[in-house]
Amino acid sequence: MCDQTFLVNVFGSCDKCFKQRALRPVFKKSQQLSYCSTCTEIMATEGLHENETLASLKSEAESLKGKLEEERAKLHDVELHQVAERVEALGQFVMKTRRTLKGHGNKVLCMDWCKDKRRIVSSSQEHAVTMPCTWVMACAYAPSGCAIACGGLDNKCSVYPLTFDKNENMAAKKKSVAMHTNYLSACSFTNSDMQILTASGDGTCALWDVESGQLLQSFHGHGADVLCLDLAPSETGNTFVSGGCDKKAMVWDMRSGQCVQAFETHESDINSVRYYPSGDAFASGSDDATCRLYDLRADREVAIYSKESIIFGASSVDFSLSGRLLFAGYNDYTINVWDVLKGSRVSILFGHENRVSTLRVSPDGTAFCSGSWDHTLRVRGMVFRFPVCERREDG
Amino acid sequence: IEDIITKMQDDKTGGVPIRTVKSFLSKIPSVVTGTDIVQWLMKNLSIEDPVEAIHLGSLIAAQGYIFPISDHVLTMKDDGTFYRFQAPYFWPSNCWEPENTDYAIYLCKRTMQNKARLELADYEAENLARLQRAFARKWEFIFMQAEAQVKIDRKKDKTERKILDSQERAFWDVHRPVPGCVNTTEMDIRKCRRLKNPQKVKKSVYGVTEESQAQSPVHVLSQPIRKTTKEDIRKQITFLNAQIDRHCLKMSKVAESLIAYTEQYVEYDPLITPAEPSNPWISDDVALWDIEMSKEPSQQRVKRWGFSFDEILKDQVGRDQFLRFLESEFSSENLRFWLAVQDLKKQPLQDVAKRVEEIWQEFLAPGAPSAINLDSHSYEITSQNVKDGGRYTFEDAQEHIYKLMKSDSYARFLRSNAYQDLLLAKKKVWLL
Repeated sequence: MCDQTFLVNVFGSCDKCFKQRALRPVFKKSQQLSYCSTCTEIMATEGLHENETLASLKSEAESLKGKLEEERAKLHDVELHQVAERVEALGQFVMKTRRTLKGHGNKVLCMDWCKDKRRIVSSSQEHAVTMPCTWVMACAYAPSGCAIACGGLDNKCSVYPLTFDKNENMAAKKKSVAMHTNYLSACSFTNSDMQILTASGDGTCALWDVESGQLLQSFHGHGADVLCLDLAPSETGNTFVSGGCDKKAMVWDMRSGQCVQAFETHESDINSVRYYPSGDAFASGSDDATCRLYDLRADREVAIYSKESIIFGASSVDFSLSGRLLFAGYNDYTINVWDVLKGSRVSILFGHENRVSTLRVSPDGTAFCSGSWDHTLRVRGMVFRFPVCERREDG
Repeated sequence: IEDIITKMQDDKTGGVPIRTVKSFLSKIPSVVTGTDIVQWLMKNLSIEDPVEAIHLGSLIAAQGYIFPISDHVLTMKDDGTFYRFQAPYFWPSNCWEPENTDYAIYLCKRTMQNKARLELADYEAENLARLQRAFARKWEFIFMQAEAQVKIDRKKDKTERKILDSQERAFWDVHRPVPGCVNTTEMDIRKCRRLKNPQKVKKSVYGVTEESQAQSPVHVLSQPIRKTTKEDIRKQITFLNAQIDRHCLKMSKVAESLIAYTEQYVEYDPLITPAEPSNPWISDDVALWDIEMSKEPSQQRVKRWGFSFDEILKDQVGRDQFLRFLESEFSSENLRFWLAVQDLKKQPLQDVAKRVEEIWQEFLAPGAPSAINLDSHSYEITSQNVKDGGRYTFEDAQEHIYKLMKSDSYARFLRSNAYQDLLLAKKKVWLL
């Protein structure tokens, strides 16, 4: 003999769809209702959605992250520096400072090269014209060389047309282009004088039309201040990478505003990002005292540049023209030059008397310029390189 | 990270030898020599060059974790100079931002101590005078605090006092540095608001609480921390799923590609391979730049056009050559279309619609003078886009044309006489 439970069926009008059906008791916010079986099903699935707590979503995200890591690890068959063993070592470099630009009343926070390879703009002074501000955190040269964009604590990015007429007041011709709700940390013109990409302490990046000041696209996704950005070097590409205080580096599609790839292996703020010249990878410098190389095709960190003796954050990074060298400026007043492929340090450069805050290689790769809190900019070039001697059998 | 370093130094096992040294008049307690520190740094942090170790040591000193016992200037030298470790109470990680009242109390206290070697340095005397003027009304209070501190100090053990005095002095050397020295307490403005002490509650070094302590106007840089919402996580899940589906390359392939790129370009990298005729920055001779500006491309430059389609498109002279070649093949409309679309994307917003129309008329409309050859699918998409007239109207078409040029015309160009002549022409000159 088996026990049987009897389900009492009540027939009536469903409280939701009002159809005449067999009804079941349903509790919604402690109120008892009678729903037909169809409506009960619907409510159950909706409820599931609502009842999806933050915690359950988070755990789903975590398990996906784990799976992603697993998938990527399968492709991690070798390390870059291992494959690079067959590449000839670079030897010793002699890099000398060829120009020291003084005359700033203040810390140099940022700089950029003009496409003509000879001119530089830096926060507070373009070398010909003086600009008004000490709170400038970002500056960029327009591709034509006829204008400069800059901004910082004013939350804006403004464009100044350049004039070599010393009598003209540059501030008068300034045009405010971008408006953020927090400080401007980085800016860059795209291929033209007409569009500017900005990054801000408000956690977003944005693309602006210079003429009208209109926002063309915004990029949301960073969980904290965005500190840096770099445009992909391709002729056809429409992407850029940004780095922020959330320790993430994110790659964006400029057309759609979507993040297409993200990398989170740094242990602290990412201060600087720069594309590898082929556009297939990018490097980042962080407060965790390391620089890292991420490849976009492998969707992974492929190299880490660090040393036990380097304990201060890297503020700024840039590649040499071939991508073989990575120059990184640090908060310990030095510049370390890394062999990108082998992962070893090629050179350490002294000279600055305070933090190196900004560093850029010139457009044709003939020199690189570093700016520092010691109020100077130094332009350095390679004077001599001692190639590694090959041992010959015949002595 | 700093804390790790200093802790390693404090550890007696394998740490630096800290000892009491006998000088002719008295004992100097708890000191280390510069050389010892430099040695330890080199050994424990795998530093090969002593210059680097000295630099690092100087920085640790400048931050305030070690200090020379008989100098205000916080640097490190690789010799017998004596250094002492700073007390954890005074470490920068405690977010000190000492007020001038504290500094005044300190300087005042110093003048009360009747020891010749504790006399104020010139800049300190100047500072004291300035503070006296600034705090004229509060001076009695400051004086009393200083007296109280002196009394407390007197009760301490002589050796202990020596050590504490020097540590206190080093603390002020960091926060009120000698004129001309770097002030290491300066912070990057962008990071200020995420300090451990965001409200900037002023802590007094001497435990002084003032009735009239003005709350410093907290610069409103701090934002409320954005909480992650369910929506955020849902977006993240979508993103992660997309990433899992992405086709990725193996590391070995990626490594080969990166290496191949650098090997191909290393001869063009003036920071590795000396530029010909010379690097203008080194030799002060701009010949290199003049050559590049001229319409006559160097053999090296011509060779580069063969590396990838992008290379020839990047170079103005290369583009011109390629265009001429295409004209000879009656397919120049492809390149001109591609260039026109690039140009479109560089236009200010207000000019975009007009340019879109122009490009359509010139290259795509029925009966267009420079009709390009698009497959019907692309054509469909493009004619739809033209109705909206945005900057990305021709993206699809441009991609098609790019691929077409790359696989077809570009490959032929590289084999053409025109290109080969350019590539070899210079060689001929050199052989002469």
